[in-house]
Amino acid sequence: MCGIVGLLVKNPALREQLGELMLPMLIGMTERGPDSTGLAVFTAPVADGRRKFSLYSGEGEFDWTAFERAARQALSDDSEVSVQANHGVLETAAPPPQVTGWIRAVYPRLHVLSAGQFIDLYKDVGAPAEVATRYDFRNLTGTHLVGHTRMATESAVTPDRAHPFTAGEDWCLVHNGSLSNPYQIRRKLEPLGIAFETDNDTEAACRYFEWRMREGDDLETAIHKGFEELDGFYTFLMGTKDELALVRDAFACKPAVVAETDDYVAISSEFRSLAKLPDVKNARIFEPVPEEVYVWRA
Amino acid sequence: MASVAPAPRTTADTVTFDLARQSLRELNRFLHHDLRAGVKKVRVLNPDGAHNIAVGVDAPVEIEVDGHAGYYAAGMNKQARVLIRGNAGPGLAEGMESGVVHVKGFASVSAGAAGHGGLLVIEGDASLRCGISMKGLDIVVGGSVGDFSAFMAQAGRLIVCGDAGDALGDSLYEAVIYVRGKVSSFGADAHEEPMRESDYVALADLLGRAGLKHDPRQFRRVASKRELYHWNADANQEY
Repeated sequence: MCGIVGLLVKNPALREQLGELMLPMLIGMTERGPDSTGLAVFTAPVADGRRKFSLYSGEGEFDWTAFERAARQALSDDSEVSVQANHGVLETAAPPPQVTGWIRAVYPRLHVLSAGQFIDLYKDVGAPAEVATRYDFRNLTGTHLVGHTRMATESAVTPDRAHPFTAGEDWCLVHNGSLSNPYQIRRKLEPLGIAFETDNDTEAACRYFEWRMREGDDLETAIHKGFEELDGFYTFLMGTKDELALVRDAFACKPAVVAETDDYVAISSEFRSLAKLPDVKNARIFEPVPEEVYVWRA
Repeated sequence: MASVAPAPRTTADTVTFDLARQSLRELNRFLHHDLRAGVKKVRVLNPDGAHNIAVGVDAPVEIEVDGHAGYYAAGMNKQARVLIRGNAGPGLAEGMESGVVHVKGFASVSAGAAGHGGLLVIEGDASLRCGISMKGLDIVVGGSVGDFSAFMAQAGRLIVCGDAGDALGDSLYEAVIYVRGKVSSFGADAHEEPMRESDYVALADLLGRAGLKHDPRQFRRVASKRELYHWNADANQEY
């Protein structure tokens, strides 16, 4: 079991309150996923030609000031780092392969959680309330977000196996369910030069869709190909720079419910985590049907 | 969909629980152990999708839930009349034995699963596996039902006023399904049969009890071909 939550604000005035609106949703899914918690938030973009990288430093102290200094020398002299607990965001003009290559070589301790112009990503071991406090989720702003509370079944409880998973740029996926052929997917993708970071089944789905989109599929086409290739149970919630997308497998064993108003669209595994949203009593509430792809644009 | 709840009030024959302030355990303990004579109605305010609302009730009481219920609402119900003024989560009225469970909105997967008796009314749609393995319960769905509904249904009746998804009535035993709209596909051993006079009578009765005004003549009867009842080595796994 896991919990998924998603929130996209249609009313630009609510972008400042994105984190505050989401917080009861995420905490409401604690019983479905007390092990680990993660969140990807899509914000106003960094300037053209620049990228931001969410980085996780793990346990213990990390010298982010020295890291910023090194990034300015090695990557671009206007590189900047902002820090929240053991999580930092590096913004730089250097191209992504150079950045990730440099981090891997010089700072192997850092785990690159996400890359892109829009996405910030936080994930860690711990219950939702605890992780939300650690990273100050309440004050997050942006257009849309994708969150997850994990009850691990397919791989160990570690920060890097928490959701959301990312691949490429400005793309993330969370999953409630389990895939039975992640290694088959992996054996298909690895010879194409796609590297995996964990043994988690969800990572296979995340990299599969990102690969399809890089090959020219739009998101919906990629998801339809997934119906043929991904075997298992799933509700997937996915984020791109300007979309939230939701899909359930043909058997719909893993729940999802959507509440939509003129101001927002909110998605959760269960209604109980939507119950605190403003005006939810007048929202259009529905259960997504299996194998139908739902996409909302920010 | 959910009506605006009035202020909680406890009168001689009505007891109100507000789940925004009281625990679900308090509600269910009351329903199981403390229902004194004279209490005719129990109102539940702010259910907010809580799990297990009014499970295992065995008393002739009316229970009104003002809002959306989560997993397993009114499971194993006996005698009680439960009205949910909202939607219901997975496993609604699982294993119910008697009484009436009535949902104004939609119901998630496995509504009425394995139910032995009573009447389950869902005014909106029911998701996949509605009435799976039902054993004598009657279910009336005002909207449509999802795939695999009435899978291995043994006894009772499932009435679908809208459409049915794929594999309707797969491996059906003696339960009977009545469908008003389209059927995406029949499951193994399920097929359409001519309506009989007794079918029209049963439909009129159940639709009336559910408060739905459809004409019984608009429905078709789906039942078991009974070919799966006996192993046939020559069938080569094709049924």
